[in-house]
Amino acid sequence: MKKELKQKSKHIYWNPYYGGFLLGILILFTFYLTGRGLGASGAMKSSVVSIVESIAPTHAEESTYYSKFMNEDESPMKNWLVFETLGVLIGAFISGGLNGRIGWRIQRSPKITSKRRLIFALGGGVLFGLGAQIARGCTSGAALSGMAVLSTGGFITMLAIFGSAYATAYFFRKNWI
Amino acid sequence: MGPLIPNGVIPIEWDNIIAILIGIVFGFVLEASGFSSSRKLAGVFYGYDFAVLKVFFTAALVAVIGVYYMDYLGYLDINQLYVHPLYLWGAIIGGVIMGVGFVAGGFCPGTSLCAVAIGKIDAIVYVGGIMVGIFIFSELYPLFQPIYEGYFYGNVTLEDSLGINPYWFVFIFSIIAIVAFVISDMVRKKTKKIFY
Repeated sequence: MKKELKQKSKHIYWNPYYGGFLLGILILFTFYLTGRGLGASGAMKSSVVSIVESIAPTHAEESTYYSKFMNEDESPMKNWLVFETLGVLIGAFISGGLNGRIGWRIQRSPKITSKRRLIFALGGGVLFGLGAQIARGCTSGAALSGMAVLSTGGFITMLAIFGSAYATAYFFRKNWI
Repeated sequence: MGPLIPNGVIPIEWDNIIAILIGIVFGFVLEASGFSSSRKLAGVFYGYDFAVLKVFFTAALVAVIGVYYMDYLGYLDINQLYVHPLYLWGAIIGGVIMGVGFVAGGFCPGTSLCAVAIGKIDAIVYVGGIMVGIFIFSELYPLFQPIYEGYFYGNVTLEDSLGINPYWFVFIFSIIAIVAFVISDMVRKKTKKIFY
């Protein structure tokens, strides 16, 4: 009985309007406290800068882009977004744990192989990482937090992300439906 | 008056502690809304699950209404808030590339982190991919520099760019969102169900 209950609840998520409402309150609260919004790709940039800085310090210093985020006294990992991202991992782990969703697995459509899923995940990640640098933020930092203060850049990035995803969805349909 | 930390109401030492606490709530809400599942996220592009649309636009609306209301009541100074800058072509080209990455990989950075936290191997690979993408950008920076730094219009809001009244805009935006929610439910009923 207990196992059955667990199986059943695994894929039951919050009502999207409830989740969205709480997320909106959180963004509002974040602006009220810090004057800025949320972010996600920023911590990954700090990680890349930090890795390059430790492997090839001269190269990082000479590079125009890495050096923007480097400071003589402090590690690039000592950054608001890095701490926030650690929190995201903890919070998602708690929610997943409470609902029995934790476990090593590759989530994919039954119509494709795990290998194909991982190749597309890698390629999608590379594109998203590249795009997020060009646009100076991802769906969280640019689009969502930007829209909260009616930033023109935030709205344009949001429209570009969803517009291009809908326009190209046809070519990736086999992976999902 | 807010924002509290920049105005010294809360000491700056709390900044990183608050960052972790905010992050925990962010991660919890995203995961509980189903955003750790790439197949749920991708549903918005194929019409079988509109959770992304509903969560995203509800959150944006609640936040923007809250920000303007708190400003109106005098609890928050909207002019002190960070407005994401407008680099026109960077925003468009970057957004287009991110859109392809989204539908190919099924995640965006924030949601992929939630999926990493519950052990999805595809999400770990995706985050690795993001870091490779950032590395490529950084190494080829001179190539991207013109669109990264050019076409700069400042930290502008829609009020500055289009000259529209923000209150009216929020009102119209709310109506558009509600219409989109209703239409998305109609589309979903007609789309073949996908079980994941």
